[in-house]
Order: sequence, then C-alpha cells, then structure tokens
Amino acid sequence: MNAPTILSVPEETGFTDTRFTVPDMRCAGCIAKIERGLAEVEGIEAARVNFSAKRVAVRHSRALDEQALLGALRQLGFEAQAAADNPLAQDDRETKMLLRALAVAGFGMMNIMLLSVSIWSGLGGVTRELFHWLSALIALPVVAYAGRPFFASALMALRYGRTNMDVPISIGVILATGLSLHETVVGGEHAYFDGAVMLLFFLLAGRALDATMRNRTRAGIGALLGRMGRSAGVIQPGGTIVRIEADRLEPGMVMLVAVGEALAADGVIEQGRGTIDNAMLTGESVPEQAGTGDTIFAGAINLLDPIHVRVTAVADETVLAGIARLMDEAGQSRSRYVRIADRASRLYAPVVHSLAALSFVGWMVAGAGWHQSLVVAIAVLIITCPCAMGLAVPAAQVVASGALIRKGLLVKDGSALERLAEVDTALFDKTGTLTLGELRADVAGLDEEAKSIALALAQQSRHPLSIGLAKSLTSMRVSPAELSDVREIGGEGLTGRWGEIRVALERPAAATARTSVALRVGQASWTIGFEDQLRPDAKTTLYSLQALGLRPAIVSGDDPVAVAEVAGELGIEGNGSMTPAEKLALLEDLKRAGHRPLMVGDGLNDGPALAAAHASIAPGTASDASRQAADAVFIGENLMPVALAVQVARRTMAIVRQNFGFAIGYNILAVPLAVSGLVTPLIAAVAMSLSSLVVVGNSLRLASAANAPPV
Amino acid sequence: MNVLVFLIPIALGMGGAGLAFFFWAMRNGQFEDLDGAANRVLIDEEEEPD
Repeated sequence: MNAPTILSVPEETGFTDTRFTVPDMRCAGCIAKIERGLAEVEGIEAARVNFSAKRVAVRHSRALDEQALLGALRQLGFEAQAAADNPLAQDDRETKMLLRALAVAGFGMMNIMLLSVSIWSGLGGVTRELFHWLSALIALPVVAYAGRPFFASALMALRYGRTNMDVPISIGVILATGLSLHETVVGGEHAYFDGAVMLLFFLLAGRALDATMRNRTRAGIGALLGRMGRSAGVIQPGGTIVRIEADRLEPGMVMLVAVGEALAADGVIEQGRGTIDNAMLTGESVPEQAGTGDTIFAGAINLLDPIHVRVTAVADETVLAGIARLMDEAGQSRSRYVRIADRASRLYAPVVHSLAALSFVGWMVAGAGWHQSLVVAIAVLIITCPCAMGLAVPAAQVVASGALIRKGLLVKDGSALERLAEVDTALFDKTGTLTLGELRADVAGLDEEAKSIALALAQQSRHPLSIGLAKSLTSMRVSPAELSDVREIGGEGLTGRWGEIRVALERPAAATARTSVALRVGQASWTIGFEDQLRPDAKTTLYSLQALGLRPAIVSGDDPVAVAEVAGELGIEGNGSMTPAEKLALLEDLKRAGHRPLMVGDGLNDGPALAAAHASIAPGTASDASRQAADAVFIGENLMPVALAVQVARRTMAIVRQNFGFAIGYNILAVPLAVSGLVTPLIAAVAMSLSSLVVVGNSLRLASAANAPPV
Repeated sequence: MNVLVFLIPIALGMGGAGLAFFFWAMRNGQFEDLDGAANRVLIDEEEEPD
C-alpha cells in the first residue's frame, strides 16, 4: 500500500506503476478480460498480467489512486489486493543467479566434453596439449563463475567452524581444477577439467531445482488474498475518509470499518451495532454481537453493518501483537532443525577427506612420487564428490512438491517436507480448519421456489451472508428465479419483484440466537439460519491420518460444548477454550514427551502453535501471519491434502534414503578404483553422469505419489 | 588437422551465442510468466471488422 492518499498530490501528467494480486485469475479469458478491461479505463495506460504469480502490473496516471484501480478490477469481476512492490525479489535474484551459473556450467561442460572425447579416443602429442590448453581456457572462467554459490556457502560455513555439503564440493572442484592446470602446464596425460565442470553442472541443477520449488510455492502463497487489516479508513475532522497504514494509526482516531473488513487496531465501538467475527483471533465460531461502548480487537472481522471504532491501542500494544510476540519466540526451535543433506555431509566430508589423505600418504609410503600420489588423492576426491548426493534430496523434493501442488497443497521448502515426514501426532484447530470457517446457510426448510428466489436475491449482493447463502444454494444446483427491480438497502437487506409478488431477503423481525436472515415471498416468510459446517472430507482425512499412525486431536479456542460436539462427530479427542499460550504449552509438553506434533490451524490464535510445532499446515483462508508461520498451505474446501502431505512426505524421504543408499553404494564401488590409481578422467565422467541419472530417474517415481489414495 | 583452426572457434562461438541469448532472454523477462505464455496463445485477437 502507498502512503495515505491525501499525501499523493494529484498530478495530470506522469505515470506510475502499481501492482495488484488477483488470486481468482484462472484461465486465458481472465488475462484478456483484465488487460483489455483495464486498458479501457481512463487514466490507465497499460496493464500487464503475470499469470504465474497471479499479479497484474498497472501503469496509470497519478490522478488515479489505489482504491479507484481496485474498483475498476472489481467491476471486471475480480477481487484484488494491492501488492507490495516486489516481495519475492530477493528469492528471484537468487534463482536467477543459479540459473545463470547453470547455463554457464552447461556451456563449459559441453565444449570441454567435445575436446575431451577426442583426447579419450587417443589423441596425442601437440594436439592433445592444445586441447588441454583450450579446455583450461574455458574451464577457468566457468569454474570461477559457476562455482561461486558453492564457494561462498563453504566459506561461510568454515568461518563459523562448521562444515556443510559445500565444503567437500568446493575442495574437490578447486583441487581438480588446480591439478588439471598443473598437468596442462607440464604437458601431462590426464586433465580433469571435464569432471570438475560436470560436477558443478549437476550440483547447480540440484540447487536450481530447489530454488524453483521454493519460488513456485511462495508465489502461490503470496497470491492468496490477505484479509488482515493492514490499513484502516480513518474519519477526518471534515468528514472525509483517509486510508492510513496500521502502523501509523494513533489512539483516539476514529476508524470507519466497512462490512467484511478486518480491524487494524484495538478499539471501542463509537457508533453503530456490529456483528463481529472473532474466529481468527479466538477460534470462536459464533459471531459476537457488539454495540456502542464494546471493545473489539485488531484482527476481528466486521460482518454485517459498517461501524465507527475509536482506536484505543495500536501496533505493539494490541492483543494481536501479543500473539505475534509469542509466535516469534515459538519459532526459534524450528530454526535449529538440521536438514538431512547437512546431516549426511557431517558424516560424509570427514570420511572422504581422510580417505583422500590416506591414499596420498599410502602412495608416498609405497614409493610413488609426490606428483603421482597427489593425482591419486585428487582422483579419490573427484570420484567421491557428492554429485549424486547433491541431487539426492532436491530432485526428490521438487518432484514431490510438484505432485502436491496439483492436489492443492503448497509446501514452502524442502525442510518442511522432511519435518512433515516425521510427525506422529496431529493437532487440529476447529473453526476454519476442520470446519470451512465461513457461514453456510441451512436451507433445508425451503421449497424449490423459495430456494431459487433466495438465490436470485443473494447473488446480487456482496454481503457475507448473501455470499454464504448463494454458495450453499449453488452447490445444490438451484437455478436462480427471474427477478426484476432488485435493490440492496445497506443494513436492511435486498428487495425485488418476482412477477407481481414482492420478495425480500432481510434481517429477521425478532432477534435469534444464531445468525439468520428472513426470506419473504409475498405473505409467506422463512428464517434461514447460518452455521459453520465441517469440511466435507474431514472424517475420511482423520481416518487416513490414523491409518498413517498419527493420533489426531482438536485444540480450539471455541466454547468447550461446541468443540465436544465436533469431536464427538469425528470420533476424536477435543479440547476447548484454549488460549494461544495454552495451545503453545500443550505442544511444548508433547515435544518434551518425545512426540513430533503436526499443527493444522488457521487463526491468529493458532499462530504460536503453528510456529512451535514440528511441522504445520494452514488452510489458504488462514490469516497472513498463520500462513507465514505454517510449513505448507492447502487450498480449497477439502482437508485431504493434509493427509496427502504426510503420506507424500514419507514416500519422499523413503526415496531420498534410497538415493543416498545408491550414492553410497556407488562410492563403495568407485573408491577402491580411485585409491588404486586406476581412475582416468573418462571413468570419472561416465561414473558421475550415470549416478546422477539414476538418482534423478528414481526421484521421478514420486510424480504420481499424490495420486494414490491415502490408506 | 588444419580444419580445427576453423571448427573449434565455430563450435565455441555457437555455444557462446546460445549462452548470450539465454542471458538476454533472462534479463528481458522471458521466463517471468511461463504459465501465462501458455495461456495467452488461447486469447483471440480483437479484430475490428472493416
């Protein structure tokens, strides 16, 4: 969001760029509709859609502000949200750097291989020397450029007295290049330029895959619409309304909170009666009625009527910020998790390095010159270089995450997949996680005619209850009646005419316990109740999780009676009225008892628990903070992606272990050859590409992992 | 073997040209929106009948 609009001086000349995220963009038609539709709006020079990132960049005159552009998009039928300049720029740069390095390594590898093949087929004398020199000329700049990601990371690790996968890689590549350069200068027989560059190429392929996976899922998560109040419309003394960023709000300001908007700060209602949805904040499923003088908290969503709220606490003092602090502290433990590749390299690097050192010493003792001993030692390093190992983890994880994306689950990174595979307990929030988190209408009492009239009316409004009613009816394949003269009166309802009969969808005459609306057709009248329903496959998902050996339970901030009802229906254990701190304490207890809990939740009140759990998943409708804290996000109404995630993560780790097993087996075969001095550059090159291909091929088996139904 | 004097520079030059083209394409944003490119093919041109 930009600075308050009042500060942006309207200027007729000059264009500026604004980006919006449009999550509902799904087909080619949407691209055309948005680009052409926006281009027709006066003041917009051009609009360009990025379909992969679900974004649109609009180049417009400064006279148009953000709200006007959002309005234009809404008229085209798309809910949009202004996006920060480019939140993914950092990741993007890293991926691009890796891709460039990969391209350079590929170029070097092909050209050096071209020269090497002729040397292997028996080239000798001056031509061989010339070819070695040419290879050196290509290899040196290529290694210097393409090796940077590894050298930088290895240096960083060494500086902190640790070792990672990049240390043996860097040592291997640098020594191989150095030795080959020496061989070239003295006119020796074997140069390993091809091996060194090929190694870089394969490893960079692994890194680039890893980065692509992260970017793809992050773009997907970033594109989901954020509902948190990051700004508020503040009523100025003159009566005008100015949007102000949440962190610039001050106590005493009066915010106008529109229907469907989330509060940006804690405050007291000054004017109007509101129905407040606290589900995100506390997990309560039933909206709360609040009138003048009641205190409501940041993060709550105003459902029915616009209200005026006087700000009492902002930024760090809100209840919301308290939860955020808990989350920060809870997230510490997860950063200590060590990924499998690094765990492997902790064992691997010392073994390989001492093997190389031993063979050097061995050959020296046996009477070979230092030159020959060094050649053997370096051959050991090259042949054991974790080429297949560098691919073992990313290749499997990229394929698995691609398979999961197609099923509606976005896993943030490889570490998340590794932790998901280890969970043994599943804790679910209730509202918005096991349930849909939106009000769906109970239309069982209506006859066909009433249903189609209700749908026709509800479709005309963007009110949350109308949307809920329309969704319920559409899913029952009701078709709307032909109405005329439909009008919406803010705070009252919708009226229209069905033939000659007056119809209306309005607030019920008498206040009812649960949220409801009244449908009137002529003299007849029905009351339609709204409630939050369980996700359609909640039961099967929990059954699948149990079959996978997980123990599911509910931890909710909602009323214990409501929790017990849902827990009873699903046949699992349920705990109600838990505060965020209590959820966190429960998780810590489980972890101390040696369990590895999976937390699935959406609300802000789940945030600390999501951050503290061994692994966590949030629905796409969750609050921004929860989506950021979670390891994975699932999209849509089905809960099944949660069970699929655990299942696929476990299969992925099985494949990763096979890959490691293969890499180690290959080393056991190749190392004796290298130690006995029998490895030539040709053998090294063949062994390296063969092992990489096997690892990638094995990983591709995961492509269909998410298609098998969970047990 | 004299032919190598031509062949090797040609091979290197072609590889280098490919690499340069890839760098250009990346800087030019050709890989920014791969799914979009796949979908844009399906958009009909708006032709004004005259």
